[in-house]
Amino acid sequence: MLEVNVSGVLRDAVNGAASLQVEAATIRELLRKLLERYPRLNDHMETGIAVAIDGVIYRDTWSEPIPQDAEVFLLPRLEGG
Amino acid sequence: MAETAPDTSFTNQDFKIIGTRPPRPDGVDKVTGRAKYGADAFAAGQLTALILRSPHAHAKILSIDTKRAEKLKGVKAVVTCEDLPDLTGGNRGMLDILENCMARGRALYDGHAVAAVAAIDAETAKKALKLIKVKYEVLPHVTDVDEAMKKKAPIIQPHIRTTGVDPKPKKASNVAARSQFGHGDIEAGFAAADVIVEESYKTEQTHQGYIEPHACLASVGPDGQGELWVTTQGHFVFRNTCAALLGMEVAKLKVTSSEIGGGFGGKTHVWMEPVALALSRKANRPVKLTMSREEVFRASGPTSSTSIDIKIGATRDGRICAASAELRYQGGAFPGIWGMLGAMTTWACYDLENCQSVAFDVLVNRPKSAAYRAPSAPMAAFAVESTIDLVAAKLGMDPVDFRILNAAKEGTRASYGPTYGPIGIGPTLEAVKNHPHMKAPLGPNQGRGMACGFWFNFGGQTCTDINVGVDGTVSLTVGTMDVGGSRASLSLIAAEELGIPYERVKCNVADTASLGHNDMTEGSRGTFSSGMATIFAARDVVKVLRNRAAAMWEIDVDDVAWEDGQAVAKGIAHSNLSPLSLADIARKSPTTGGPIAGHNETVADGAGVSFASHICDVEVDPETGATKVIRYTVVQDAGKAIHPDYVEGQFQGAAAQGIGWALNEEYIYGEDGRLQNPGFLDYRIPVCSDLPFIDTEILEIPNPGHPYGVRGVGETSIVPPLAAIGNAVSNAAGVRLNHVPMSPPRILKAINAAK
Repeated sequence: MLEVNVSGVLRDAVNGAASLQVEAATIRELLRKLLERYPRLNDHMETGIAVAIDGVIYRDTWSEPIPQDAEVFLLPRLEGG
Repeated sequence: MAETAPDTSFTNQDFKIIGTRPPRPDGVDKVTGRAKYGADAFAAGQLTALILRSPHAHAKILSIDTKRAEKLKGVKAVVTCEDLPDLTGGNRGMLDILENCMARGRALYDGHAVAAVAAIDAETAKKALKLIKVKYEVLPHVTDVDEAMKKKAPIIQPHIRTTGVDPKPKKASNVAARSQFGHGDIEAGFAAADVIVEESYKTEQTHQGYIEPHACLASVGPDGQGELWVTTQGHFVFRNTCAALLGMEVAKLKVTSSEIGGGFGGKTHVWMEPVALALSRKANRPVKLTMSREEVFRASGPTSSTSIDIKIGATRDGRICAASAELRYQGGAFPGIWGMLGAMTTWACYDLENCQSVAFDVLVNRPKSAAYRAPSAPMAAFAVESTIDLVAAKLGMDPVDFRILNAAKEGTRASYGPTYGPIGIGPTLEAVKNHPHMKAPLGPNQGRGMACGFWFNFGGQTCTDINVGVDGTVSLTVGTMDVGGSRASLSLIAAEELGIPYERVKCNVADTASLGHNDMTEGSRGTFSSGMATIFAARDVVKVLRNRAAAMWEIDVDDVAWEDGQAVAKGIAHSNLSPLSLADIARKSPTTGGPIAGHNETVADGAGVSFASHICDVEVDPETGATKVIRYTVVQDAGKAIHPDYVEGQFQGAAAQGIGWALNEEYIYGEDGRLQNPGFLDYRIPVCSDLPFIDTEILEIPNPGHPYGVRGVGETSIVPPLAAIGNAVSNAAGVRLNHVPMSPPRILKAINAAK
């Protein structure tokens, strides 16, 4: 079971939770299960969500495996110049 | 079964070519004027387009009468929002883009496009614009971020309800979003502090100031197929956006990027390209649309102006025990993520047990904000790094030592959430502490300051081809626009992997019909992500080369190794076979299987965060308040400098822009909500004579997520200058400036107030 830390800007979509327990082996599975549980996250999917696994931010590699002891953060997607 | 993705981990390999400084392949074209920029595109029968823009900061558009303009001889098309129907299917973000390109019943800022004309020449187009009659009902406006947050402020977007607050508001607000980041117990942290400093700061709106204005040539035929030649940081993204807004099929819109005369984030958004395509579709002729400098200022995407409160508490031993920030960023007339990005970066340089940043993204009647090099980080850093100096002074500590003591390191939990891997903030600070610049004597009215900065960097979707010519030269085809020398860096990578001289590689940026999708060149991703794709495309080529050598020798491919740019037959049984160079194999390619090519498509995640520390000396004239930067040093972690010239160039360019931002640049709005200084005479960017030579020191702390250790380098060094100069001005003039730009009138006022 993963502990998923939720960044402040996304918390309103998960009923204010700072962290969630989710069983998932990849980013794709994690996001699918979170969307099933919290449909309001869909509002943020339009602008994008990124997932940080052990400090590395993944924006699009949804096939990335998540080690079960990993530090996982749900973050908003970034823009750069 | 899908092939396993290549391992992108850092391998610490030895390099033969990486790290050298050959001339850039686009250099001669650029210095001789042969390079083609956006406005250089030409098509037979092309029309000239002009845009009519709102003179009001906020108004209802009651009617637009285009009849007289349409009847003018030489006018071939006039478009309004009626010609750009909403095809976005409820996607509010896309509708915002469309509405920003052409007003839809309301003008939201001075310069908002209202109608456009395509005519046989500019003179006719100008006459036609004058014949378009627009009836407005002028509405109250607001251009200041703090004023826009007040309850009685005019509402700019009635559908906006503030996100990030609970319960969700029922009333419209100019605050589009509230974002919060941080960890620990802030109240307990401040309770434990021996010293607390609280300050408020303001930064004014600035523009990226790219020298090349937006320009494009659009051509859409009656069969629905089209082409767009455009100056952009991301032609694939422009293609997707324009096709969606115009109801075109993606594959039937081919977009070619020109050379780019600067972008810095401002060319990551479409501002007028859909309008050019709509005009061309209506006129059935190619249409050229070029912004004037005034239009660039009024109607492209400057950065946010901000208002920031900072509070830092520290214990007597010099440790920061609590840090909090409230940040208010205006994003123009449409919602953005600029405040959120500011909040994420606020405390990123430090190892903090208790920290918090709360941001508000605010709408005002100004043009839609866009990214500007490490977007939102410089303003937050100005506030934080200025306050850090004040805390150090209150503790009686050297500001560099104070920062070193509190700097983030590997294992630190970043203020925006994740835990850092290997990072360079500590090494950049140590390099600053030991730099000769820090020990150089200062003269009268001179002061020295330093500051730190952070940027995330990122990768993204990337696609690269390599084709080997029959003469053994190599064509490297990438899809990331070259904004700062990436063609040279990517050619070095291809040459390194293939074991051939740099001069044998020619790197081209492909159009959208010739390569798979590539994300924007933004987030310092060009060399990081296309570099990664180039490495794996080159290794793909090597596989083919080994096969071809095996065919030529009639031996098993497992007996062929690729060493130092040539195929070598392994084992005593093949000792009579002389090595084959890439050119030898290429020459025989027609009879060994045809063209030799390699390819890679990837999502280049795993970008390494980047830190910089800057030192700055200024001289402040106490009579006029004018400030001259007399010495400037940039220290930044590059992970691995592929082509050090262009790494240094990025450091210097970013510092130069930050210096302009700190001292001169500012959007000035009148009481009427109109921009007062939309030109380079009144909006003054630094020129060579304003700047000293900017010294650089490249540090290389490898990024574990890239085979060569590369981190992005293009953005981070715009983050520290505002605060570095603020701290230097404070030390030179004895006054603390909390308002950027620190223009002569502001400095003089502060000096006089302190007397």
